Order: sequence, then structure tokens, then C-alpha cells
Amino acid sequence: MSGLAEVLVNGLSSGSVYALIALGFVVVYKATEVINFAHPSLLLTGGYLVAELHDDLGFWPAVGAGVAATALLAVLVETLVLRRVRASGHAAVSIITIGVDIVLTVELARRIGTRVLPLGDPWGDRVVRIGDVTVAQARIAAIVVAAAAIAAFLLAFKHTAWGVAMRATAERRETAALMGVRLGRVSAGAWAVAGVFAALAAIFLCAFPTPGLDRATSFAALKALPAAVIGGVDSTTGALVGGLLIGVTEAAVVGYQNDVALLGHGFADVAPYMLMAVVLLWRPAGLFGTREAVRV
Amino acid sequence: MSRLSWIAGAAGLVVLPFYAGSFWLQAGLFAMAAAIGAIGLNVLTGAAGQLSMGHAFFLAVGAYSYVWLASEGLPTALAALAAVTLSGVAGGLCAPLAGRLKGASLGIATLALVFLGQHVLFRAGSVTGGANGRDVPPLEIAGLRFADSPEPPLVLGVPFGGMELLWYLALVLLAASAWFARGVLRSRPGRAFNTLRDHEIAAGALGVPVARHRATAFVLSSMYAGLAGVLLALVFQRTVPEYFGLALALDYLAMIVIGGLGTVAGAVAGAAFVTLLPALLTRFGDALPLVAEPGGDGLSPAEAARVVYGAVFVAVLLFLPGGLHGLAARLSPTHPEERAT
Repeated sequence: MSGLAEVLVNGLSSGSVYALIALGFVVVYKATEVINFAHPSLLLTGGYLVAELHDDLGFWPAVGAGVAATALLAVLVETLVLRRVRASGHAAVSIITIGVDIVLTVELARRIGTRVLPLGDPWGDRVVRIGDVTVAQARIAAIVVAAAAIAAFLLAFKHTAWGVAMRATAERRETAALMGVRLGRVSAGAWAVAGVFAALAAIFLCAFPTPGLDRATSFAALKALPAAVIGGVDSTTGALVGGLLIGVTEAAVVGYQNDVALLGHGFADVAPYMLMAVVLLWRPAGLFGTREAVRV
Repeated sequence: MSRLSWIAGAAGLVVLPFYAGSFWLQAGLFAMAAAIGAIGLNVLTGAAGQLSMGHAFFLAVGAYSYVWLASEGLPTALAALAAVTLSGVAGGLCAPLAGRLKGASLGIATLALVFLGQHVLFRAGSVTGGANGRDVPPLEIAGLRFADSPEPPLVLGVPFGGMELLWYLALVLLAASAWFARGVLRSRPGRAFNTLRDHEIAAGALGVPVARHRATAFVLSSMYAGLAGVLLALVFQRTVPEYFGLALALDYLAMIVIGGLGTVAGAVAGAAFVTLLPALLTRFGDALPLVAEPGGDGLSPAEAARVVYGAVFVAVLLFLPGGLHGLAARLSPTHPEERAT
């Protein structure tokens, strides 16, 4: 029984981090209808900055600086590159973000090299025992911070003027613009939020039991991409559910990998994508996504 | 481009093995193999408008099917044909799922293929050789072995080893693939693909069988990828799973975007650009400011090449929607009004 409980807690913990990343995809998609393939490189940027700065500044100021800088980078990408593309459809803009990701990732991977950078987080490898269940402190911190960030975002999304502007834009861009919503500001804000979430997620992706940040850390964002798609890429609820589903599935595959040996060692890396394929066969718009209605 | 420059270019490619060393021959072979794969992706993504980020998977199916079947004792020419067919079958199997998705969601779903492919390539050791990969048996058609022989035949005083022979094989295959794809894109199916890309519902209303054409584009594109995979395996002489990863899939996307979406010439130009850039930077890196010696502080040639083509990728989408092909068409004095076809 303790095995199952540990799988669930670990799954929820990494799931909440995935939800954080998936929410980044969803926010950008809602504001601009673009799938942000540059998200992995934003995540790597956040992690790298915290890793480089924590020696001089201490952990928490480094987190603040890393999060702020990543948000700034995201806004720069949005204003300098994406806003310049006007003509040719949302898929083309999504493809542009792939180019941005290639450039940023090469530079970061070169800086990181083959090193594994510790992030200097205060939790280290300490664990908490609750009954028979052993949980790493970093895992609990991941759940708490992710939940707090997501709650803050959802409250702002519901109640602030920015959130209302954003929801109006997601509903219908032209009408929102006519009502005085400044679309540029909305999309820049969405990118900033995505940057903040990416940087926060990077911290917990590199915390115990992972030894630290390396050049492959950005692959985690590619695991959260199925989370966003499973939930429906225009649904905030969907991102949360999708993230938790992916996290629990992955933890279950790792936890019971001796029982599923048929699928091969390391299947956990593929499981999110297989889950996504199954969900998409059943519901092409994702679990909570809105089906696109097309006017001919 | 004018007919004359086409003929000059083709003649240059035919005589190249008599002058170029093995470094450039190998680079050129990679470029030709990539061109075949890129033509396939351009049929699917450029002409039919279905974003595929999983092209590397079909390349892997082609390469590994050939290696496996040829090692099992099938005649190698037959194994190559079977590998191309199997890639087409793999594409056909994906079509029902792909038919339900559009735009960027389709791109993400095809991304799943790359990850699944990597998993299978690393784990199914008995077929794929696992992380170490497998040796590729050389191709043999009617007694002609496309491999280095102890006493290479001399043609006009130049020893013809494996590279030289493969060069002509690749040239023939590339010409045939380009000719076929051009025919497809300029006739009924190509028009139907373009209508699908522009407006799927309108295409259906006009009587284009939507699901069938989307599946056709998928099968055709994966057969091209399979052929490119076989050729790449023959040039590499060893298949390793890392090669067929996410980076390769993005490379192919970059090729068609840089070259020009939806055209055969664009795919070939983009493939040449993306595959030859690392080779050029390796060869002439000493003379360039930012590129460092191996182990030095700057960018390595491979990294520099990725930065350059990432930047070109973004720049092309921002400023040159037709890609290199569109640029050539715009600059060409003979056909000022020629539209990308």
C-alpha cells in the first residue's frame, strides 16, 4: 500500500510541475492562438540563471532574478519576433517559435556544456515521513509552490482587469480590440506569465531527486506539451488535469516498471505521448478543449 | 530558374566525383538524401498544409527496415524496396489519427512519433541493435556493389569507390523523386492538396475527398522519408538511434521553411542549405570570427551552423514568406510573374 501512496505523491508532485509548464502553453495559446514551441528554451533559461546566480545572491534572490529575467526574455521574444509576423496564419507563427527555440537552446546548451549545475535549493535531499510513506521535501515544496502560483494566476485571470482583457481576447480578438483591449499588451502579458511559470518549473525539475540542471532539462517541457494537449490547449482547467494525469502516469510507470517490463525500460519518457495519442483518438480537442467551429 | 542554369547545375553534379574529395562527396550525399526526405515533407506540410514534426520517425523506419531485412538475408535491392514500402505503411497507419487533427495540434501529435521511435530504437535491440546501432549491408544491384572494393574500377583515371558509386545512385534517385513529386504537385492531387491546405471545408464542398487525400499525402511523404532513410543508412554505413531524434525532425522542418513551402525546388534548396552549412563551417571555420577550434571557447562548427540556420529560419518566416525558392523566382528576370508552384 505504501508503494501506491508513494507513487501517488510523487506523481502529484511532478504533475503539479507539469501543470505549471502546461499552463504556460495554454496562457500563450489563449492570448495569441500560437503554440509556443520556444517554451523549452525559456525553461532552460530560468534554470540556468538560478544555477549561475545562487552562489552570489543566495537562493531566493536568485529565484527572483531568474524568474524576472525569464519573463523579460519571453516578452522580448514576443515583441521583437512574433509581433512582426502578421500575415500568414497561426500555424506559421507557431513554426517561428521553433526557430527561436533552436537558437536559444544552442546557446544555453553551449554555456551549460556537459556540466550538471546544482541550483542550491534549501531542501537538499531531506525527506519527510508520514506513516509508511517517505516523501522528499523538495517534492512537497513543488506541490505547494506550483499550487500557489496556479491559484494566484487563476484569481488574477478571474478578477483583475488584465484577466478580463485576456479572457475577452481569447473569446474574440476583433471585438475585444474594438472594446479598447490592447491586444499587444495582452499577448506580452501572456508571454511574461509563461516565462514566470517556466522558470518556477525549472527550479523543481532540477531539485531532488534530480542532481541538477543539465542541457536535457528542457525535454521536461516537451513532456508537458502532451499535458496541455490532453487537457485541451485552450483550457486552464485542462492544463491542470492534464499535468496531474501525466505526472501520475509517469510515476506509475516508473514505480511499477518491473510489472510492465514488456514495454521496455525507460517507457516513462514515452508514456505522456502515448497517453496523449489515446486521448486525441477519443477527443480530438482534448478533454476540456472547445471544439473549433468554422465559418465557411 | 532558367533552363540553362538547370542544365549547368545538373552537369556540375554529374562530373563532381571526378574532382571533389571524399569529404565533399559525403557532404553532398547527405544533402541529396536530405533533399529526397525534404521533398516528401514539403508534399505533406508545404502543399497539403499538415504540420509534421515526426519526419525523423519515418526516416528511421526506412533506414532500420533496410538494415534489418538486408541483414536477414533478403537481396539488398529488394530490402530497399521493402523498406520504402514499410515506411509508406507506417505513414498510412498514422493517417487515421492525423486525419482528426489540424495545425499545431497535429504537429504535437507527430512529435509523439519521434519519441516513440527513439524508445523502440533503443530498446528493441534484436532488430535495431540498441544504442550501438547496426552495420548497414552495402546495396547490390545486378552484380554492382555500392561499396569500396579492394581494387576499385578506374573511370577516366579516377578510382570509383563506394562514395562515387553511391553518388550516381543518389543523383538518379533524387532526379526521379523530384520529377515524380513535381508531377504530383502540378496535377490533380497537388491541386487537391493545396485546396485542403487553404480551406478544408471548402475543399470538401468542392468534391475533394478530404480524408483520402490527407492519407495519401501522409503515405507519399513517409515513402519519400523511407527512401531518404535507406540512402542515409547506405552513406553512413552504420545506423545509430540518436541520429533520428527530435533535432533531425526539426532540421527537416527548417529545410522546407528555408527553401520555400510547397515546392520541390524549395525543398532541394533548403536541404542543401541546412545539410551543407555545418560542412562549410567545419571546412572554413578557421577563417570565420565566431567559430572556434574544437575545445575552444566559441561556438563549435555544428553549433554555429544550428544558430545560423535557426536565425535564417526566423528571418525567412518574417521577411521571405516564399523562402529561397520565392526569392529566386522574384529575382529571376525571365519569369517576373512566376508564382511558386
